[in-house]
Amino acid sequence: MIEIESVSKSYGGVRVLDDVSLTIPTGGITSLIGANGAGKSTLLSVAARLLPADSGRVRVDGMDVATTPGPVLARRLAVLRQENAMSVRLTVRELVAFGRFPHSGGRLTPEDHRLVDEAMAWFELGPLADRHLDQLSGGQRQRAYVAMVMCQGTDHVLLDEPLNNLDMRHAVQMMRMLRGMADELGRTVVLVVHDVNVASCYSDRIVAMREGQLVAEGPTSELMTPELLRKVFDVEVEVHELAGRRIGVPWS
Amino acid sequence: MTELARSRRGQGAAALTAPQRATRRRRTLVVLGVLTAVAVAAFLTVDVTGSWDYALQQRGRRLAAMAVVAVAVAVSTVLFQTVTNNRILTPEIMGFDRLFVLIQTVGVFVLGAATVTTTDPRLRFAIEVVVLIGFGAVLYRSLFGRTERDVYVLVLLGVVLGSTFTSLTLLVSRLIDPNEFLTLQDLLFASFNSVDRQMLALSAVLVALVTAGVWRLLPRLDVVALGRDTAIGLGVDHRRVVNQALLAVAVLVAVATALVGPITFLGLLVANLARQLLGTHRHAWVLPGAALLGLLALVGGQLVLEQVFGFNSSLSVVVNFVGGIVFIALLIRQPRQ
Repeated sequence: MIEIESVSKSYGGVRVLDDVSLTIPTGGITSLIGANGAGKSTLLSVAARLLPADSGRVRVDGMDVATTPGPVLARRLAVLRQENAMSVRLTVRELVAFGRFPHSGGRLTPEDHRLVDEAMAWFELGPLADRHLDQLSGGQRQRAYVAMVMCQGTDHVLLDEPLNNLDMRHAVQMMRMLRGMADELGRTVVLVVHDVNVASCYSDRIVAMREGQLVAEGPTSELMTPELLRKVFDVEVEVHELAGRRIGVPWS
Repeated sequence: MTELARSRRGQGAAALTAPQRATRRRRTLVVLGVLTAVAVAAFLTVDVTGSWDYALQQRGRRLAAMAVVAVAVAVSTVLFQTVTNNRILTPEIMGFDRLFVLIQTVGVFVLGAATVTTTDPRLRFAIEVVVLIGFGAVLYRSLFGRTERDVYVLVLLGVVLGSTFTSLTLLVSRLIDPNEFLTLQDLLFASFNSVDRQMLALSAVLVALVTAGVWRLLPRLDVVALGRDTAIGLGVDHRRVVNQALLAVAVLVAVATALVGPITFLGLLVANLARQLLGTHRHAWVLPGAALLGLLALVGGQLVLEQVFGFNSSLSVVVNFVGGIVFIALLIRQPRQ
């Protein structure tokens, strides 16, 4: 469970997060949606202690992220940011193995090796294990990063736009894998997503933000309404039921 | 190191599995060690005329100085590049070593040569290192702080800072009494041929202590090299590791500069060559590799200098010539990554 208590954050006088309080329950996929600059990524970064909050606090399983020792928290919560340009040249296996760092401190045990292989198999990276990241396509690289985060073995996984740079096929594949992480492995997955329909089709809960504030949160079916989407994105969106799924159509 | 060769090597490496890579790394390190040993043996024994005892003692001292500098430059460069997440900038390119020269010059100007030279060298050194660390902290916070900066802007800044320090040094040294200036020159532009024994011992101890301290950090440095956010996500206290690494860098740069003066491009040369040859990012491999390469470059360069050019040049010219070419090659290659 992630508890966010009246968190605020400003950049140079601009309030990016304005007194946000939110509880993300254990299990399932929660999607953060909102227009550009709504504060989704900032909220995710604060929750993952990549950014300090100006006020308020975030607790993961009861531990304050600002004061809990890094290695302790890194065994409970894993995070992947959007940009992951690295100055070092790694193979897929080396990258994924870094996910075990919070557990083994750089000296991999046989158990760690097994978990690395498992994470690579889960994301279908086996044949690419010994390739360098710069030799992969954008989609393959993205899978490798998510595999590292999964390999960290944490109950909570926070991902900032994991579908960035992915084409339709790979986006669907990625969402299925994340769904599997939530359903089969019991992880709590929190995503920042641009596409409301991805959020609608794959997540259990939606958190909608606008101008640094929480607009609404709740089960996906309750939030996929024309009224709410208009409020969040400032654009008319029709919502249609298609094969049991709610699909928003903004081009009307 | 052409584009073609690089991509070919990349594809060749792709076929290797992790254990095969480890074997190759080990072999590369052994070959480097053997080459360095050969160069050292040649350096000690070539062209000895007269007393062997005397020659070995003289050359041994120079060799010790080179070893200290090689380790200091290699470790400081690799660490600096790790914490700043780039492969082009080095403490020397960012003007650290020239700041060290400026500090000494201003010291002589303000306090007088007599005061400076009679001060315990350990105390003098401590003060210089503290100033250098202060500078490093300011530079790091302002330049590499939160936002990602364009590497070209940083290179430009480094060039501007470096030449500013050099100009200030020149200005101050013109204001200094000529006699004091001679003392200053003695302090600054020592080369491997005239290294003070006491200073050498002090430097060796310092470099050994710092390197031992750095060794504890290695696994965490491997993670820090992935970038700030990833490192924090993996539970590494990023700020603390960066601060400790920069502290080590400041001490090592000060030691190397105090011993033999600025050799701007040596660090860049050995750090990148070590990564390329060993094909890994792991500090436990890169650091020894870079140190060996550094010693090889210095001893080899000195041999070439003595045997081919008959001392008619300086070692820093030879190293900077080769290192400068590598620097330009890296800058040209950078946008592809």
